[in-house]
Amino acid sequence: MENITNAITLVPLNHYILLSSIIFFIGIIGVLTRRNAIIVFMSIELMLNAVNLLLTAFSAYRGDAAGQVFVFFIMAVAAAEVAVGLAIIVMIYRNNNSIDIDLLNKLKN
Amino acid sequence: MTITQSLFYFLAFVAIFSSLLVVTAKNPIHSVLYLILTFFTLTGEYILLNAQFIGIVNIIVYAGAIMVLFLFVIMLLNLNVESEPQKTNLMKFIGIITGGIGLVVLTAALKSTDPSNTVVIQEVDMGLVKNLGQVLFKEFLLPFEIVSILFLSAMVGAVLLARKETK
Amino acid sequence: MSETLNYWLVIVGILFVLLNIAAFLIWVERRMLALWQDRLGPNRAGPFGLLIILADTLKLFFKEDWIPPFADRHVFVIAPAVIVISVLLSFAIIPFAPAIQIVDLNIGLLFFLGMSSLGVYSIVLGGWASNNKYSLLGALRGASQMISYEVFMGLSLMGVVMLSGSFSLRTIVEAQKDYWFVLLQPVGFVIFFIAGIAETHRLPFDIPEAESELVAGFHSEYSGMKFGMFFIGEYLGITLISSITVALFFGGWLGPAFLPPLAWFAIKTAGFILFFILLRASLPRPRYDQLMEYGWKILLPLTLLNLLVTGGIILFLNQP
Repeated sequence: MENITNAITLVPLNHYILLSSIIFFIGIIGVLTRRNAIIVFMSIELMLNAVNLLLTAFSAYRGDAAGQVFVFFIMAVAAAEVAVGLAIIVMIYRNNNSIDIDLLNKLKN
Repeated sequence: MTITQSLFYFLAFVAIFSSLLVVTAKNPIHSVLYLILTFFTLTGEYILLNAQFIGIVNIIVYAGAIMVLFLFVIMLLNLNVESEPQKTNLMKFIGIITGGIGLVVLTAALKSTDPSNTVVIQEVDMGLVKNLGQVLFKEFLLPFEIVSILFLSAMVGAVLLARKETK
Repeated sequence: MSETLNYWLVIVGILFVLLNIAAFLIWVERRMLALWQDRLGPNRAGPFGLLIILADTLKLFFKEDWIPPFADRHVFVIAPAVIVISVLLSFAIIPFAPAIQIVDLNIGLLFFLGMSSLGVYSIVLGGWASNNKYSLLGALRGASQMISYEVFMGLSLMGVVMLSGSFSLRTIVEAQKDYWFVLLQPVGFVIFFIAGIAETHRLPFDIPEAESELVAGFHSEYSGMKFGMFFIGEYLGITLISSITVALFFGGWLGPAFLPPLAWFAIKTAGFILFFILLRASLPRPRYDQLMEYGWKILLPLTLLNLLVTGGIILFLNQP
């Protein structure tokens, strides 16, 4: 069971680009419309995943493994980012008793 | 339509639908669940591209570790529908319009390019562990080591940040 | 056409046998616990009390299937299904015998790790959806325990991967023709087994349930067949960890020729299942912080050391 799919998927590359840009912009809309810091964070993960899909599709299209290695790196960086980000969110909750990002304008003063 | 084609469009539809629900769900826990569903559909897309390693790593890292952390934090802070802060409708409307315009611009740019070829997987073995390992540990050895240092610093940072200050 | 038929037969057969084993283990566990604790155990219904399986199953089926009004209905229903599905999916890659394996993925071991990391959702979601503080405590404990022990579980298997040079379970079993990997990787085996107990949250690591302090933890609110799913999931998990251990460290189906390969696999797996039960009969439960400390301060450094030494020896022996 080396190869699950046959060599030709017959899906135009444009459709991959369209799919990942739709998911990417859903992520952007999530960042813009939500106030819960964790949901904003999850929308960012959604955007990263859209990019991952696109990189994998390009890498299969061009026959170049570098794209998939980059996806691997993006996942590694995302994992590190989540660890630090969630620690920051827990800290914010401890100080403000809320994770509403609109309350985080105290840095202004 | 071949099976792979119809699978692609089905998974794409589920992915878009569930990522919309991630953004719109009122309850944070439901958002997390829909996000996990999105990750599974994306894993399906990777497997259709025969990127088996990336597909399974996506499950292990995202669905198995990152999302559990999200769930853990949401449960620890005891967030639920009542405590969910809402933006005003005007702000929501502006956000959706902005995002929508961005999507339209990008799609229009895509339309004006030539119709693309179908994705023909050039080297079938490319996404397998053996091949990716060769590339990762030969061409990308230095970035790989740097990522490990990044992990170490992230770990120290997370512990330092989340620790309760003892006065 | 007959090949497809054969394939379906293998799948249905494995599913049937596994679910029956899970039910049978109800009786085995009670009898063995009784034996080791100097009690009688179930002995009334049928010969040796075997019919208790039937009685228990019937009881689970006909009990009122109650969803608490304060629970989150959808999540409450999904949670028990997750554990059974993820464990059953893991069985797809296990080579029971040379001809009996559902699929030989070249990422087989990673697939197992991925599926076992999904099992944590059933605890976390079940505990959260019950909307009960004991359940929530159990879920939080379960999440941190399973996430921590997943780390060593993955790392302790990498020694085997280095030795056999493949993630495919069939190749790993075939690489043990001369000697079993438990001889070359004793530390890896011990750590994997401990992590396996923690992943299936069996005693002594059943901290998410801990009936004496948390009132059955994450599944306090469950009844009827939904509770049955957690129950079956636990026994399937034991069988899974035992058979993976056999395939990775104890030569899988390999053995002297007077018994068929499948019999060797079954005997070895049964041995490990009994060992799981013996552990339950004999060991006390550690405190929660002791468990985490034990994992991060002892097991993690040991695993990393094991990896380093294994890699060093392989490099040394393969020198040109």
